[in-house]
This record gives sequence, C-alpha cells and structure tokens, in this order.
Amino acid sequence: MMNYFPDEVLEHVFDFVTSHRDRNAVSLVCKLWFRVERFSRQRVFIGNCYAISPERLVTRFPGVKALTLKGKPHFADFNLVPQDWGGYVQPWIEALARSRIGLEELRLKRMVVSDESLDVLSRSFTNFKSLVLVSCEGFTTDGLSAIAANCRFLRELDLQENEIEEKKNHWLGCFPDSCTSLVSLNFACLKEINLVALEKLVARNPNLKSLKLNRAVPLEALQRILMRAPQLVDLGTGSFVLDHDSDDSETYRKLKATILKCRSIRNLSGFLEVTPRCLPAIYPICFNLTYLNLSYAAGIHGSELIKLIRFCGKLQRLWILDYIGDKGLEVVASTCKDLQELRVFPSDFFGAGHAAVTETGLVAISTGCPKLNSLLYFCQQMTNAALIAVAKNCPNFIRFRLCILDPTKPDPVTMQPLDEGFGAIVQSSKRLRRLSLSGLLTDRVFLYIGMYAEQLEMLSIAFAGESDKGMVYVLNGCKKLRKLEIRDSPFGDMALLRDVGKYETMRSLWMSSCEVTLGACKTLAEKMPRLNVEIINENDQMEFGHEDSEKVEKMYLYRTLVGPRKDAPEFVWTLV
Amino acid sequence: MERSVNYGGNDLNLEATELRLGLPGSDEHEKQSYLSVRISNKRASPEVAEESSSLSNSNVSDARNGDQDSAPPAKAQVVGWPPIRSYRRNSFQQKKTEADGAGAGMYVKVSMDGAPYLRKVDLKVYKSYPMLLKALENLFKLTIGEYSEREGYNGSEFAPTYEDKDGDWMLVGDVPWDMFISTCKRLRIMKGLEARGLGCL
Repeated sequence: MMNYFPDEVLEHVFDFVTSHRDRNAVSLVCKLWFRVERFSRQRVFIGNCYAISPERLVTRFPGVKALTLKGKPHFADFNLVPQDWGGYVQPWIEALARSRIGLEELRLKRMVVSDESLDVLSRSFTNFKSLVLVSCEGFTTDGLSAIAANCRFLRELDLQENEIEEKKNHWLGCFPDSCTSLVSLNFACLKEINLVALEKLVARNPNLKSLKLNRAVPLEALQRILMRAPQLVDLGTGSFVLDHDSDDSETYRKLKATILKCRSIRNLSGFLEVTPRCLPAIYPICFNLTYLNLSYAAGIHGSELIKLIRFCGKLQRLWILDYIGDKGLEVVASTCKDLQELRVFPSDFFGAGHAAVTETGLVAISTGCPKLNSLLYFCQQMTNAALIAVAKNCPNFIRFRLCILDPTKPDPVTMQPLDEGFGAIVQSSKRLRRLSLSGLLTDRVFLYIGMYAEQLEMLSIAFAGESDKGMVYVLNGCKKLRKLEIRDSPFGDMALLRDVGKYETMRSLWMSSCEVTLGACKTLAEKMPRLNVEIINENDQMEFGHEDSEKVEKMYLYRTLVGPRKDAPEFVWTLV
Repeated sequence: MERSVNYGGNDLNLEATELRLGLPGSDEHEKQSYLSVRISNKRASPEVAEESSSLSNSNVSDARNGDQDSAPPAKAQVVGWPPIRSYRRNSFQQKKTEADGAGAGMYVKVSMDGAPYLRKVDLKVYKSYPMLLKALENLFKLTIGEYSEREGYNGSEFAPTYEDKDGDWMLVGDVPWDMFISTCKRLRIMKGLEARGLGCL
C-alpha cells in the first residue's frame, strides 16, 4: 500500500521514526524504503568506528547532520588497552568535510582527537552547532581555540572526562564577541581557565542553560557568573571553597542571595573542592533538583553529605561517593522517593577495607526507592539474600552494575557464590539491558543469565565462572546480546568457537586473561571473514614462534563491513 | 600455593599438625575449588602486579575462610580493578594528596606515655610549633619545655615526638612547620628517661 504514496509522504512518515534502530529496521523493508530512508536520515549512530568506513557513511547518508562515533573498547577505560591502539576521528572529519555534508553535531566517545581534526572540523561546517567529547584524548586547548573561534553558531561544547593538554592560550577568549548562541558549556575536566573571558562569555550568552565549571573558578567568580545567568538549568560548580583567613563572609552572603535567584537549576554537580560550611548556600535549590552528582566531591563527608541529601526530595538521579555509607543510603531511601538512578563510587580504590557501603545500604535503597531502574554500586561486600530482596523490591532494572572491591568475594554470611543473587536479579528485571557481575561466581550464574536475561545487550564479566559452559550459556541464551566483555575468566576455545555466527549479530567481544588460544582465534578469523579478530600483543608476550596452542592475552573481535583496519599499530595483529 | 599433601594415609595424622590457612576443623579438600586452581595455575601475566600470587592466594583464602584475619592483608593492585575510568581515578588520587595538605582538617592521634587513652588534634588549626606545643601542654596538663636544636627539649621530663611517613620516630621541631604537617602521622609525648635520652643525642 505504501508504494502508492509519493516519496515525500514516506519521508514525512519516517520523520516520526527517530530511534536509529527503528530507522535501521525501516531501511530493511524494501528497496524503496531503503532509498527514502537514507536520504532523509539526519542522525547516524556508529557504535564501533571500525565497523564501517567514513566513505560509506557519506555515500549512504548524504543528509547526515548529527553523528555519534565510538572508538576504543569499553575496557580501555580501565587501562586494559594500550596507548595508540586506534580510534582516530581524523579520517571521519576529513571525509565529511570533503563531501560537503552539512554536519551540525558530533559526539565522540573513547576516540583519539587531534588539534588538526578540531581545526578542520571548525572550518568545514558552517552550521556546526554541537561538539560533545567523552573520554577522548590527543588534543590540546589549541584545538578548542579553533572551535571557539570558527564555529559561529556554536550552541554546545561539552567536554566530559577527557585528557586534554592545556596550553597557555586562553582558548575561551577565542569566542568572538558575536558569539551569543551558547546553550551548553562544560569544561570541568580542564585545570585552568581564563576567568575574565569566562565571565564576559556568560554575560553575552543569555540562552546558556548548562554550565559546568572547573576547579579554577573560585567562589567569588561563581557568584558573579550566577548573577549573569540565573536562568541556568544545569550547574557544575568548580571550587566551592572559602579560605579561613580572608574575610569572606561578604562573599558567602552574596552567594546565598544570588543562588536564591537561580530558580531553574535542576541538575547540580561539581564541588571539586569544598569547604563544607559553605554548603548551606545551596540548600534552597536542593528542593527542585532532579539530578545531583557529588561523585567528585571528595570534600563532602558523613553528616554534611547526609544533611544535604535530606533537602533533595525530588531527586531522580544521584551520583555519590561511598562516603555516604549504609546509614546515609537509608536517608536517601527515605528522602528520594522518585529515585531512578543511583551510582555509588568508591573513595578508596585499593580495598583496604574502608569502602563504606555494603549490602545493607543497597537493600535500604531498594526498599525505599521502588522506581530504581539503573544502578552502579561499588561496595565492600554483597549477599545473596540482599540481591534477592533487591530483585523483589525493584523489578524494573534496565542497568544493574555491581562491583565488589574484592572481585572474587563470596557471600560473607553463607560463604556461597553470588549465583543465586544475580539469578534473582535477571529473573525479576525482565527489561534488563546491561549487567556487570562481580563476586564469587560459578557457571550457574551464566545459566540463569542465558535463561532469563532476554533483553540483555551488554554483559561485563570479571574473575567469574568455572568452565566453557558458562560462556556458552550466555551466547546461546541472550538473543539480544550486543557487547560481551570478559576478563580473567576460564573461558576458552570450545566456548569461543561454539557458535561463530553469533558474533555477527553482536557489535563486539572482548576477552582478556582467559583461556583462549591463538589457534582458536585463527580458526574463528578464517571462518568469519566479516569479523576482525584482533590480538593485542603487548610486551612481546607471544614469542615469534606463534604457537597455536599459546594462550592469547587480549583478544578483541568485532563485526565489520570493511575488513582489517589499516591504522592498527604494531602490537595489534588482525588475524585473517 | 596451598595444597594439602597426604603423607601416606592417616598413620601419622600429620594433617592435624599441618600448617594451613583455615579454621581448625574445616576441611579444605572440597573447597580447594576451581577458583584457587584456576588462579594459581594462571600464567604470570605482566599486567598483574608483582605480588599477584599473594593477591590471588589471599583472595582465595579470604574466599574460603572469610574474614579470619582482623585486618585484611595489604592487597596488591590488579590492573584495571576496580573498574573506574582513569580520569576519575587520576583526579581522585590527586585529590587525596591535596586533601591531606589543604582544605580538610588534619587530625592525628596523640599518645602520652602513661595516659589511659589517646587524644586527637587537628594540625591544621595550629600554624606553628609554639601553638601546637601549647595546645599539647593544655591537653595533657604538663610542661614540655623549650626546644633547642642541640639539646631537644630542655626543662621538663617530656619530649614531643612524631611518627613520620617512613615510620620513623622523630623529634618535633627539627623541620619547617609545613614539612612537619605533611609528614606527621601521629604524635607521642615521651616521658622520663626515654625523653631525656633523646635530649642527650
């Protein structure tokens, strides 16, 4: 029936289809739909930059305006991937620039970005509006200068947790006086900033809704900035410190008065440095907060933290450090009835036993916050009973990530593995999409995951399982699995080769410190030409003999339409 | 690597005297699990820190025996664990060293020989040695005396000492104040002969 409509009608209908997965599905219906869809697609998501080439992107979607690209494997976040592995954005920007595509938005995650790329980006797309860089590296503030200077209609510059080399170049001052279109600016990951340029920039950008400062912005400056921007919805404070010595009761008084005017703030973060006695200044805005991120606020502890939380009755997302403690989590549970997402980060990484949260805190949260659907919880210990209770209280998890600081710790009460606990979670949360496991775990937990986790898309496994069966349960059972990452677990060749076709239905598989041999990887690569099977061979671990029976330290495989990548460094071998 | 060795049957009952980690009476055989076998059989991987075997074993023994030790053993660091983004990890470690120096209070324990319990003082509050010493005098109702480089503390039977980051006991007052507060872990007021012994050095 749809074939009798002109293309414009189809296009109009497709306008209502926004999720990229739905659009992918639409494009597979028939050649006509494929054609109409590709010309009308504006937003493209590429989860693995090596799955496809820039040229093919440009050919298929000439109308693309917004592009998301992801580079390195997730475990690169934890130093498991060596420097110079890859993930360069340069070829993408060059291809887009050459094709004269009207790019407006670029979002990059775990990619290597150079100053030159940023320069080309800033000059090639007149309507460029939004740059979001998450966990990227390879560039300096010179690159930011280019963006500031050349992107005349820039609305968003969002730098999240990047490694940026800072030059003494006052990049912020490169925004011309004519730049008045900023809506979102986040430079929290930088160490320095030009305060004068910042205040002027804020003053002339009345549409600024999101502003995240760095620790070089002192309290006095924050007060002046808030005076200029009371319309902010999203605020990241920098330094929230009053020195003992100077007489700044005046500053504090002014700050309190200014904050009272900021009635729109709904998201609050920062506090990279804090003098706790200044915190009462923000109590008035706590009532309306829906998102509070104190995960970098190492200076707020114990009772001050709890006092602050008590004011935040409307919180939906809370990110904190484990200073909150189990008792503090009970306060969260009784205060934040609308809580949907909780992340508790560790303050003491090396597990000297001081992590202040345990299963008790989590159970309290689950009891008080039944809407909880997303969890990241670093804790000292966990019990099966607690997980079972959490599963019962909160059946709506879409993300459940548990990290016990001692990675193979059993249930301390029963000394049993945590299989039953995680089993309860996957059985009760039918919409679970992401799961990270930890603690002592046998193959049984994977049996449960394969049986119940029907919507699971991403699974992270560390120090778990007993045999190949575990991995096989997952590969067989989880039909929607897209990303599987495994470290330090006894899964080997039998599991790897059991169902080679499965990997073409997934984005990627990472296995490190497992039992997989070079020979099996070669076999897999041979059988599946549309997979890149990459071996990361650091420190010449594998002798020149290339014995097939040798265990592979790190393997990363992913489906691709463009064959082995040409930018792989020496220590990455792509098997064919 | 813990493995029970059978010295030929139960004749000598050597098992009873065998040294192993575990509560007395607990049988390690069935718990000698896949886990310890797997970890102890792992090839030494360059990515795991040097003390990896003790880490694995201490993990395993914890797994088998629970918190038997009163204090957990110092854990070696496994690469990439806990799984925290490097950015967060780096910024936090920097913050920890800063917090020790600036911002948060710096409470250290103070013990005095013969006193029934210890006290705590916030070194950040005192901007100099005389202030600190005065406070200690008030706290413990005693006189410490005058500091001199040659003779330590003269004029009383007490000498203030501190434990530094290397674990050595040092006389309070030798180094500049800022260096002192960044290196002092705890204080101890020595009394009597010991104190005078210091003064004689």
